Amino acid sequence: MERVLTLLSFGPEGWGDNIAEGVLVTVSLALATLPLGLLVGFFIALGKRSNDRFLRLAANIYTTLFRGLPELLTLFLVFYGAQIGLQRLVHLFDPSANIEVNAFVAGMIALGVVFSSYASEVFLAAFRAIPQGQYEGSFAVGLSGLQTMRLIILPQLVRLALPGLSNLWLILLKDTALVSVIGLADILRQSGIAARVTKEAFLFFGIACLIYLVLAMLSSIVLHAIENWTRRSGASR
Amino acid sequence: MRTEQTLAAERPPVVRDRWTLQRTIGVVLLSIWAALALAVLVFMLDAWDPAIFQRYLPRYLSGLWVTVKLVVVSVILGALLSIPIAYGRTSRNGFVAALAYAYVYFFRGTPLLAQTFLVYYGLGSFRPELQAVGLWTFFREAWYCAVFAFTLNTAAYQAEILRGAIESVRRGQWEAAAALGLSKMQTIRKIIVPQAMIVALRPYGNEIILMIKGSAIVAIITVYDLMGETRRAYSQTFDFQTYIWAAMIYLAIVEVLRNLIDWIERRITRHLKR
Repeated sequence: MERVLTLLSFGPEGWGDNIAEGVLVTVSLALATLPLGLLVGFFIALGKRSNDRFLRLAANIYTTLFRGLPELLTLFLVFYGAQIGLQRLVHLFDPSANIEVNAFVAGMIALGVVFSSYASEVFLAAFRAIPQGQYEGSFAVGLSGLQTMRLIILPQLVRLALPGLSNLWLILLKDTALVSVIGLADILRQSGIAARVTKEAFLFFGIACLIYLVLAMLSSIVLHAIENWTRRSGASR
Repeated sequence: MRTEQTLAAERPPVVRDRWTLQRTIGVVLLSIWAALALAVLVFMLDAWDPAIFQRYLPRYLSGLWVTVKLVVVSVILGALLSIPIAYGRTSRNGFVAALAYAYVYFFRGTPLLAQTFLVYYGLGSFRPELQAVGLWTFFREAWYCAVFAFTLNTAAYQAEILRGAIESVRRGQWEAAAALGLSKMQTIRKIIVPQAMIVALRPYGNEIILMIKGSAIVAIITVYDLMGETRRAYSQTFDFQTYIWAAMIYLAIVEVLRNLIDWIERRITRHLKR
């Protein structure tokens, strides 16, 4: 027991500080991916709702592609693919240049792309739940298309999409574990190093699992609070 | 003659397909997709080498077979395991219900990769104990560890699907079956399951798709599934087309499955449509 506590302490012979750094990396990666994924997902959903069939097709290709590929493969495609692509591009100007893609950015793009393709479906379902009369009413009082979206549709959309998006956030949090494979020092990689050095694999991977659980619980609390906040205006109905 | 003229006059004006901003964006985006597809095609043709193809085709096929085997075995075992867990979730015994809830919460709240590591590397910490009960030969193999971890994981998800589907069948169905004198087993088999299946089909299908996509991570613990073979091929050739091949195969599997599920759903809900 004492040995376990020493191993988990924040001192020089403990791994607590390393794992805490890993938690920071995991959380910041997930938080950095979220706005990217939400924004892209929203625009993909708009594309899928479009009257124009070319735009719909383009948006649907995106979802089909990134919902069908394994997340790990998407990560490798982005990580190695961007490296090779950029390398070729730069070699046109400077043949001696060497490019390395930042693992954090690659992880952010790959996870963001996956997140947005799922988020677009959530937004689409939320859009469908808003009655046509809301648009008609808004045009009738003389709001422009952009104003309708900002003042009438978006506030309702947030409320309708939130449960689905909460789910996606929890999935995103778990998917960040994949970036440990391309060398980003997240929770799983740090505990893996600790496990290899100390030969206490079960302890450290168990701790990693527990940290993910705690993160999920904290997220649930925050998401619940946000959900209640969005319901304020609808409560009286 | 006269009537014909009036008819022609009353015909509504032809709606012209107008060129809108949305169409411009759509065409631009589609062109980007087309350019990307073309770039991939050119890249593949440029890198095409029959020797490499012949060398790696059998390996990819064997990797695909490993992936399919892993998913089928763990989904079936997980389905079996999910029955007692779903039963526990709905149990009136507080202890059993809490235990089942904790199981489901743990396996749904942590990454599959971390669970796989916990089984593959973590259980190595208990080597003497496992050797004593004769389970070490099982947990020494990466393949069995993967099957074990995937089974536990999918059982948690499937238990929730099963519970939701059973609870979606209304109480009256149970009561009516009891009134007709059907036994509990008969009620479940003939009344509840057929109705629950309609609700459960899509989530089950999604779970299988998620398992296929999730199974790629076993490549990290040295199981040579489709992803594992791809990584090996890439490390030997440094040829990026290895990943593109894998992407095409995964996409094809997932798309076929998705359409199959749609088709089954249409068939089993025929009686609900008018």
